[in-house]
Amino acid sequence: MSLLTFLAQQPEPVQRVVDTVTTGEAIAFWVLGPLALAGALGMLFARNAVHSALWLVVTMLSLGVLYMIQQAPFLGFVQIIVYTGAIMMLFLFVLMMVGRDSSDSVVEVIRGQRLAAALLGIGFAVLLIGSVGRALNAVEPRGLAEANSTNGGNVGNIGQKLFTDYLFAFELTSALLITAALGAMILAFVGRDGKPSKKTQKELVEERFQDGRRVGSLPGPGVFATANSVATPALLPDGSVSEESLFEVIEATDKATLSDDVADVAGTGHEADAHALKGSES
Amino acid sequence: MTQQFVAAEIGETAKLLADDPIWLVLIKVVAIFAFLVVMTLFMINWERKVVARMQHRPGPNRVGPNGWLQSLADGLKLAFKEDIRPVLADKWVFFLAPVISCIPAFLAFSVIPLAGEVNLFGQQTALQLVDLPVGVLVVLACSSIGVYGIVLSGWASGSPYPLLGALRSAAQVISYEIAMGLSIVAVIMFTGSMSTGDIVGAQATTVLGFAPGWFGLLLFPSFAIYVVSMVGETNRAPFDLPEAESELVGGFHTEYSSLKFALFFLAEYVNMVTVSALATTLFLGGYHAPWSGEFMNTGWWGLLWFIIKTLGFLFIFIWLRGTLPRMRYDQFMRLGWKVLVPTSLVWIMAVAVIRTGAIQQLSTAQRLIALGVIVGLVLLVSFLLPDKKVQDTKGVPLAGSGFPVPPLDLVVPKAAPKRKVKVATLPKETAAVTTGKEAE
Repeated sequence: MSLLTFLAQQPEPVQRVVDTVTTGEAIAFWVLGPLALAGALGMLFARNAVHSALWLVVTMLSLGVLYMIQQAPFLGFVQIIVYTGAIMMLFLFVLMMVGRDSSDSVVEVIRGQRLAAALLGIGFAVLLIGSVGRALNAVEPRGLAEANSTNGGNVGNIGQKLFTDYLFAFELTSALLITAALGAMILAFVGRDGKPSKKTQKELVEERFQDGRRVGSLPGPGVFATANSVATPALLPDGSVSEESLFEVIEATDKATLSDDVADVAGTGHEADAHALKGSES
Repeated sequence: MTQQFVAAEIGETAKLLADDPIWLVLIKVVAIFAFLVVMTLFMINWERKVVARMQHRPGPNRVGPNGWLQSLADGLKLAFKEDIRPVLADKWVFFLAPVISCIPAFLAFSVIPLAGEVNLFGQQTALQLVDLPVGVLVVLACSSIGVYGIVLSGWASGSPYPLLGALRSAAQVISYEIAMGLSIVAVIMFTGSMSTGDIVGAQATTVLGFAPGWFGLLLFPSFAIYVVSMVGETNRAPFDLPEAESELVGGFHTEYSSLKFALFFLAEYVNMVTVSALATTLFLGGYHAPWSGEFMNTGWWGLLWFIIKTLGFLFIFIWLRGTLPRMRYDQFMRLGWKVLVPTSLVWIMAVAVIRTGAIQQLSTAQRLIALGVIVGLVLLVSFLLPDKKVQDTKGVPLAGSGFPVPPLDLVVPKAAPKRKVKVATLPKETAAVTTGKEAE
């Protein structure tokens, strides 16, 4: 078939939705299926946690597109919005917080971990093969053509099922999710039990003016031509050291580490004077 | 089942588009791509000119007629710049991130109806690429994929500022996508369909005899929430926290240069066009003229109305950028979660009640009773809420007007302690300039 005739041909009318596997669907399956599988394997074997998450995103996207092709557009797009858009994004968020150099450790933490994992994995695989095998042989596919063209179409039918037949399951799931979210918030909440709640800016200002304390800010460290260390105390107009400018942390520091600064300030060390720039004559 | 829900099985636009031959689809794809790229070039110039006018200075006015080719020249310059990849960058993800952010931006535009039924090269078709039964979700899905580009670029750059920008962006887009989705729900409830073609079709009515039946007027709270969240979703000022220049250098694209940076730029502007086009589609009647009837309201005229409305939204983007300072991050999150989302939820409940009333064909008495019950419930809840705690005023009252001026009986702090450490005595001998070691 020449390209021109291929381009010029009219596609079939959309009403005639058939429940057989069309050529386009088959092509899409053989492209997306291996892609999804590759994503799953990549997720398992990637060393870097973020790469693992990205491979998983590939799998989820492939599955989403597969749903769209198999007459379930709503499911496909919700898969992309919810799983890749929200859930995997949260995963990535956490992984990015962990740091980019954190790779999988291959050290076995729990004794017999690998053996147990292998056994459970094999068991799960058997279950999966059993059910999928049964689905391949014993179950007769019905297709969605009828559901998609009657009674409000794909979305309408899903909505109706969800809010009539499966209402209880739906509500239970949402209750579970809300409970989980609340639990996470309680666990992560830094409690202020017994402590008064945090003061607002207004309360802080009023408090500051009420008991006659210092209204302005504390003096900063002194910065002189000879020293710019935070350990340098500020000087009062009469030349004495302002104790308020001293940091408790620095005061508690080993004296030897600050000896130069102390010497500078106390005047026992090098002192700048007006002739400093002339250089030494001795 | 009522009329609204049954009517939404397969829309008129979808039927019209179903028999497009492949060459027409290809033409539409290329045309949409060209439209978006040209809009980007135009937007950059327009933005610079409008912001310049707002700041009383001339904008770009050298390249091309009146400076309108400036962004084209900038784009060409970007393409020829050196492509730098930091040593610490993750090679593949660093390369993939701009691509990921760019592709969904273009993809989302495929469901936007640009005009109604037109004759294109002898084919009766609609100026729209596809009309899916879940059209609105396509835009949401594309924007949720687009965030990956920003997040991954920040992570893959391997330096702190981009990472901070990426973290901000992830939280920001997730929060504002919820508000955006909720604001769309009311429109879907009124239309009974998620297809963009049907939503535009449902707005081709008039209310009160003269006003256009646009959802922006009928569902104004939804419209307002959508407009706020669309600015948040596209990372534009005043919500441009992921690339806040004053805090994060360039945010997520700090380490990017050359074509990769150009792709981020392109994605941002295409996203702006897409969300503006979606706002037009959902709330301003899409390609319909502001009046009903045939006059200037059929065929290719639709494209004109659509572009005018979209440009209106794009102007708002520019206006905001020229006017508002950037929000602080916690204020921004509070706006999203504590204002937009709860307001949306309450509004959706209200719309659901109104819709049920309309569908059930209630009598006036029944409607009034329902209204009374609702008002009673609201009053009950408001009475049950505890009063705000009254502040105790046992302290000295502030001197008038609530400003923090010192009280009248202010005790002056004690004088500073007299000198304890003697300082500033000149040394007897030694040189003026030493190296410190000599002092020992």
